[in-house]
Amino acid sequence: MVLITRKIEFSASHLYHNPALSPEENRRIFGKCNNPHGHGHNYALEVTVAGEPDPVTGMVLDLKELKEILEREIMQRMDHRFLNYEVAELKGQIPTCENIARVIWQLLDPRIKQGRLYRVRLYESSDLFADCYRNGAAG
Amino acid sequence: MGVTVELGRRYRFATSHRLHTGQLSEEENVRIFGKCANPYGHGHNYVLEVGISGDVDPSTGMIANLADLDSFVEREVLEPFDHRSLNEDVAVFRVVVPTTENLCIEIFRRLQSFPQAKLRRVRVQETSNNSFEYTGKSGEEQV
Repeated sequence: MVLITRKIEFSASHLYHNPALSPEENRRIFGKCNNPHGHGHNYALEVTVAGEPDPVTGMVLDLKELKEILEREIMQRMDHRFLNYEVAELKGQIPTCENIARVIWQLLDPRIKQGRLYRVRLYESSDLFADCYRNGAAG
Repeated sequence: MGVTVELGRRYRFATSHRLHTGQLSEEENVRIFGKCANPYGHGHNYVLEVGISGDVDPSTGMIANLADLDSFVEREVLEPFDHRSLNEDVAVFRVVVPTTENLCIEIFRRLQSFPQAKLRRVRVQETSNNSFEYTGKSGEEQV
């Protein structure tokens, strides 16, 4: 099995607020991430696909195709957007690194036909990231 | 469709060490550890990567609150290690050689009891060229 990873970057804003909790609880749990007008990050997304190289092309998958999937599914949906208000898949969820990574997994997994989605790693900053794996395949 | 989510967090500490063991002769120490056996030690800017997993709490969107993880790592690792000598200031390294392999194991041991999530892995980068990772004793850390 060979793993192939493609990286993209997007910029987006978000805030953490759970309407079921009091303003004080929101403040206590989320700190400055609860500031009402939100804030932003440069996110870096690494998408790893696993598979065997095709004997004719030598490729696990056509990177052009992966690039197009990432452009369509992720960049157009999330880049320069306010994640809480503009990304339907995140409605009703706190847009933490964990939840965004999971939504990205769910968007990409059915689109990847050659090879198999192995890992989604989303960096919110160089010191904080979330990894998603298929259950039972944690790296 | 089941997805496992892990959170990764990086921390930094600057610490000195010397690779040397009383169980070997001076010549053997120098042969095995080279300049890492120089008598007064040397230091690195270590980068520690901590990986935790668990259910994402629907009310917070988090595996664990970062403030809790940060304060735990601060207390268990950064405060006792940063700007210190591993050999002199950390009891276990009076007995075992403070290689980065052993440092990973010691950090894993210290962080294993983090109450809010399961510790999956500890990765320590000693320099930009060398990094080491520990996921617990085999059999202990099942997927």
